Amino acid sequence: MAPSAERSIGLRFEKIDKRYGAVYALHNLTLEISPGECVALAGRNGSGKTTLLRVASSLTRPTRGTLAFSGVPENQNPQVGFVAHATMLYDELTAEENLLFFAKLLGVANRKARVDELLNEVGLGERKDSLVRTFSRGMRQRVAIARALLADPSLLLFDEPATGLDAEATAWLIGHLRTLRDRGCTILMSLHGESEVARLAARAVRLDTGSVVADTRSGATFQSVLTFAGG
Amino acid sequence: MGLLSNAAALLGKEVRTEFRSRELMSTTTVFVLIVVVLFSFTFDPTTDESHRFGPGLLWLAFLFAASLMLQPCFLREQVNDTLSALRLAVRDPFAIFLAKIGANTLFLLFTELLMLPVFAALFNASFRGQLPGILLTFFLGSLGISTAGTALAAISAQSRMRELLLPLLLLPLLAPILVASTEVTVGLMSPDPFMQWKGIGFLAVFDVVFLTALWLFGEYLLEE
Amino acid sequence: MAKRVLLGAAAVLLVIAAAYAAFFVAPEERTMGVLQRIFYFHVACAWAGLTAFMICFAANLLYVWKRQEKYDWLGVSCAEVGTAFTTVVLISGPIWAKPAWGIYWTWDARLTSTFILWLLYISYLLLRTLVEEPDRRALLSALFGIFAFIDVPIVFGAIRWWRTQHPAPVIMGGPNSGMAAGMRPAFYFGVIAMHIFMWFLISERYSLEKTRSDIELLRQEAEAS
Repeated sequence: MAPSAERSIGLRFEKIDKRYGAVYALHNLTLEISPGECVALAGRNGSGKTTLLRVASSLTRPTRGTLAFSGVPENQNPQVGFVAHATMLYDELTAEENLLFFAKLLGVANRKARVDELLNEVGLGERKDSLVRTFSRGMRQRVAIARALLADPSLLLFDEPATGLDAEATAWLIGHLRTLRDRGCTILMSLHGESEVARLAARAVRLDTGSVVADTRSGATFQSVLTFAGG
Repeated sequence: MGLLSNAAALLGKEVRTEFRSRELMSTTTVFVLIVVVLFSFTFDPTTDESHRFGPGLLWLAFLFAASLMLQPCFLREQVNDTLSALRLAVRDPFAIFLAKIGANTLFLLFTELLMLPVFAALFNASFRGQLPGILLTFFLGSLGISTAGTALAAISAQSRMRELLLPLLLLPLLAPILVASTEVTVGLMSPDPFMQWKGIGFLAVFDVVFLTALWLFGEYLLEE
Repeated sequence: MAKRVLLGAAAVLLVIAAAYAAFFVAPEERTMGVLQRIFYFHVACAWAGLTAFMICFAANLLYVWKRQEKYDWLGVSCAEVGTAFTTVVLISGPIWAKPAWGIYWTWDARLTSTFILWLLYISYLLLRTLVEEPDRRALLSALFGIFAFIDVPIVFGAIRWWRTQHPAPVIMGGPNSGMAAGMRPAFYFGVIAMHIFMWFLISERYSLEKTRSDIELLRQEAEAS
């Protein structure tokens, strides 16, 4: 069941601060993401991209400010798929076991079928019974992506998703993201500079020291937002 | 997915993982054995006094073992940040705690029941016909140890010197468990065995109080 | 500033006055003589320590709820002051007990619970030194403080039920049991004086913590730029 346009999620970050001691990972950040929008987040390391994604997923609680969702029932958080730097997978379980476990927690219908389907899509159908510990970085990334997609999320958050993926896997990822985007899924992805993945985005936003400094929505070009100061 | 079904799913995974490697339970059991043997060097375990001191030493050994066994509880979830994945997948974070408490209680119980005949042999003690009482005591005591221990493991996992910190935080907190469990076990081990229901009630109260506290405050323990 | 000096002066004067009352105004106790006078001091410290821990508990709850730094500052101040008073209690008790009863210590409910209470708050303070990031430190120590405090009555109950069976010297009787009428004014005066002294210490420690926090912020900002 694909998220339809009415069920697309919008986000509104309102004056978000996230402080670690005296360091502000996010500072007075205000940003609105329209339902179904695909946004590329650019910025140097330490600009706050990862923190912003974690706040969007409700994993990190902002020190100040609010995050509101549209398209979600009151007081509920949307179904989020998150692919981060860490794999968020259990090394001592097999790929299939990992996915079945999370599918069970998420209450996915027809777990086994869904897991098989996703594993085949990411090209790991043959290796489903291997322990994740034995996988390469790229393979783990693919399982992580499969995990993020298990419950057909309406909000997808990607922290540098193409890291460790070879050309074939990257092409698969782009194709899949395109399908999700076209189905109305809201996508936020942090990227390093211009890349093929970035071309999926309808909008690019640049962060620096925790605030938004450039936004294609206000007229800046994609290139300038994504590649300013080396990306 | 409801709270209980989430907790059950997580509990299932924890138990399955542990039974695959058996590393937690094997090391914990050996540790308890070592402690019990060393304790026996501190006094002569064959006299009548051992009936008075024995159960206390047994529970002390369980407590020490637990304070080590509970360490990996949240540390393992830090390795690949699986804790974040769990937090995203379950609606109520208390499910994570329930599952870990359940798993830790089971592992502790397993170790304790394994140690029981060994202890009985080494200290010439007998639990003739008292098995139901022993099971109840071990269960309630282990539940208390796991509840407080899991909560504090979540705290210590976020600080430095975490291996030392957990026992430091946990052992004083568990003093009541030590007292009550020992008393009930002494009663069950005595030549004229009896069941001290006051102690059982007390253990139950401890368990309820700390489970409630964890239910109220658990999500803050996992917060970032 | 003037208010702080006034509070401090008042607190110190009150304590001195209470000491005077304890030594010279209160009647001499029948059996223990002069030695018993330590009781005024010892019990007042114990009560002040407990009050400090109760305020700490309230501050911990407020921090978890409101997440305002001031509650963290209040919490650590009360914990430190409470621990200091409890240390005094644990040391003055045996000093009194040895000449009076011939033993330094006994494992009765009150003493053992006090010892565990002391250990728990020492752990609280140790935990704080082991978490660097201020917001995390505040939250984790507040949560541990809450767990520790709810444990205290349970500890007391356990030890009173099972470890006070054998006859133990009644170290303090209750404060109102067997206390001669003449002793009461000195006693309550001492309790009040100690509580005011406690309040003075807590507010000083609170300002210290506030200043320390401000300096740390400035330092980090300076380093970052």
